[in-house]
Amino acid sequence: MAPLLTMSGITKSFPGVRALDGVDLDVEPGEVHCLLGQNGAGKSTLIKVLSGAHQPDGGEITWQGEPVRLPTPVSAMRLGIATIYQELDLVEHVSVTENVFLGHEVASRGVIRPREARARTAELLARLGHPEIDPGTLISRLSAAGAQIVSMARALSHDVRMIIMDEPSAALDPDEVDNLFRIVRDLTADGVAVVYISHRLEEIRRIGDRVSVLKDGRVAARDLPARTTPTDEVVALMTGRDTQHAFPERSARDAAGPSVLRVEGLARAGEFAPLDLEVRPGEIVGLAGLVGSGRSEILETIYGARRPSAGRVLVDDRPVRPGDIPAAVRAGIGLAPEERKSQALLMLESVTRNVSVSSLPRFSRGGWLDRVRERDRARARTRELALAPDEPERQVSTFSGGNQQKVVLARWLLRECRVLLLDEPTRGVDVGARAELYAVIRRLADSGVCVLLVSSEVPEVLGLADRVLVLREGAVVHRAPSRELDEHRVLDLVMEGGPA
Amino acid sequence: MTPPTSVAPEAETPSAAKQGPAGRRIRIDVRHLSLLGVLLALVVVGAITKPDEFLATDNFRLILTQASVIGVVTVGVTFVIIGGGIDLSVGAIVALASVWATTVATQEYGLAGMLLCSLLVGLGCGLVNGLLIAYGPMVPFIATLAMLASARGLALQISDGKTQVVTVQSVLDLGVPDSYVLGVPPIVLVFLGVGVLGWLVLNRTTFGRRTVAVGGNPEASRLAGIAVKRQRLLLYLLSGLCCGIAAFLLIILTGSGQNTNGNLYELDAIAAAIIGGTLLSGGRGTILGSVLGVLVFTTITNLFALNNLQTDVQQIAKGAIIVAAVLVQKGRFTP
Repeated sequence: MAPLLTMSGITKSFPGVRALDGVDLDVEPGEVHCLLGQNGAGKSTLIKVLSGAHQPDGGEITWQGEPVRLPTPVSAMRLGIATIYQELDLVEHVSVTENVFLGHEVASRGVIRPREARARTAELLARLGHPEIDPGTLISRLSAAGAQIVSMARALSHDVRMIIMDEPSAALDPDEVDNLFRIVRDLTADGVAVVYISHRLEEIRRIGDRVSVLKDGRVAARDLPARTTPTDEVVALMTGRDTQHAFPERSARDAAGPSVLRVEGLARAGEFAPLDLEVRPGEIVGLAGLVGSGRSEILETIYGARRPSAGRVLVDDRPVRPGDIPAAVRAGIGLAPEERKSQALLMLESVTRNVSVSSLPRFSRGGWLDRVRERDRARARTRELALAPDEPERQVSTFSGGNQQKVVLARWLLRECRVLLLDEPTRGVDVGARAELYAVIRRLADSGVCVLLVSSEVPEVLGLADRVLVLREGAVVHRAPSRELDEHRVLDLVMEGGPA
Repeated sequence: MTPPTSVAPEAETPSAAKQGPAGRRIRIDVRHLSLLGVLLALVVVGAITKPDEFLATDNFRLILTQASVIGVVTVGVTFVIIGGGIDLSVGAIVALASVWATTVATQEYGLAGMLLCSLLVGLGCGLVNGLLIAYGPMVPFIATLAMLASARGLALQISDGKTQVVTVQSVLDLGVPDSYVLGVPPIVLVFLGVGVLGWLVLNRTTFGRRTVAVGGNPEASRLAGIAVKRQRLLLYLLSGLCCGIAAFLLIILTGSGQNTNGNLYELDAIAAAIIGGTLLSGGRGTILGSVLGVLVFTTITNLFALNNLQTDVQQIAKGAIIVAAVLVQKGRFTP
């Protein structure tokens, strides 16, 4: 059969990162083509190129035998390529119908024809197995699964030939997953191609036809039969050793002394199950899990950014007031959040001011700042972390990702925090700068700080942490010293939940 | 490191002098200079069109006096905007405070009673704004719009639409030439004091630093351990306090209290802050810029009045200046 879509030699670079390095992909009409790969392997970038959201630097795209360009999302849609993103892109406060026909309203001469639009929406919803959704309901009233259905109805409202689904089952219950698969089968029976992205291998075995594995921006394998390829083989293709992870030596002495951070039965209803956890000075504890496994929520709850539904957090045996960030900071807890730019940094401000922001009372008397002391102390910290360039008055937005992360770490160094919570510390950091950041984190731990680390990159957790907790759907499924684990084992636990 | 093309004005120490691309500070200075340039150009225009009237000492005194009331309000509004908010209620709060402080009952307590009343009314309105916005939470635009309506209504109710004449001599004395210090009216001295204090608070205190942080990135500020809600509340209290001060200055200036006082002050104050370089989205702004912005607007009003041009022409000119100033800033701000 002639392929519907062929991509060959697609490259795409972002500052400091080669996201796609010569990717080939072909999709046939009526097949479910699964894309697998770890976080950062290039899946999202590839989807965005396909949907016209990103422009490739090189390579060719052929659609039904004709070379095409996809300069905008609209041009992809015109060809019949629809994308359902992981984070749904619906307008909250308008109705289902309006969302389905957003941008291509059912109208004659600019005047909306509400009845016809409504009828067509109802028809699409029925086809998707959800006739109970009222086309007039607001999106904000729907469940996550309902919103997903609307997203799909929107895709189908176009004359669609290929649908890209990015982790469509992430927000769904098992029943809803069955319905999703029924829809996928209906679509493929009509000759529509589905590009299916998921971390759940068992789903891929149920629904997929062929599998392509991406790793570090390249195709590690293609044309694997989805139903018969063993899990081991897939995992091996997704992992494998690479050069970007150069981890510092663990300190020779074991972490000693009493735990500084103690978490007792901490839970948040609907997000994560009761968790017990201790971290001793000098120790790095890693939390491994997929997006949505509750790992970021755990860090944020310990930090007081979310209020726990049960349990407590103790620092030096003293309970920390729940849901109160300033109290957590006073107790000696610091957080380097996942989204550096939006959650950690004051982008318009200088490095000094970003470093000192959590320690202002230390440089002030009666509210008046001693700016010389502020500058000197902040600078001493950024020098310790070898911030480059060493220009503390420079606006923080002009620094690279790795150096911005050092600014965040310097903030907590200056605060002399005892417990450091790191959420994806190397996200958006150049490959070369990662090793440096790893060394910094290790040094911080060696100086007596308790570090709790979250990362989607399993090698990072294993290489950096002394102990690892594996999370799946909000619960700890395994705990072990990291030297007793390997990447395969952790990935198995993370994706399948059971022992390999 | 490449050699710096220009040195930051704050470069006192050798280590600071090396911090070449401290472009932010230089840019802000350029903007202040350009506002000074506009001011100077206006003076030149005045000197050419009406040399006798415009250049008189009395006229400069008049300009500064007129700038003082709106100037004090603008300092408060500037803090609120830098902190990521907006305050539409300032004009109405000025009206309410001026009316409340000049009722017959209040006037019985003399100067101190009237001043205290004015400040407390300002703080009270600021407290309501702040509580609604920080803990409601309500959008600042809506909360202060509601305050605008209610405060004006209350001012009308209290005064019954009548001008309340001040009979307390010690208050009236503050407006006459005898009270001038070295030729400067007390009203202007208050404006100067508020301006200097505002600059110090913004640049030299933890409160100022937190204001900038909360306005620039509220989520990052929260996660850095700043009590964002309390900061927001304090900002609206500060703005209310400035309105209370301005109301008292207005009482001195006009010898009365009226429910129509402070009409459209909110727009004038926001406009002055914006042309002074304050980002409407928060996180950046200066007190000096806002003060210069106020002076530019007041001087234009003065020039137009001297040349017998109608208010409508003034309004058009103001609008054009706001657009021009923002367009110039856009060019500078692109990173």
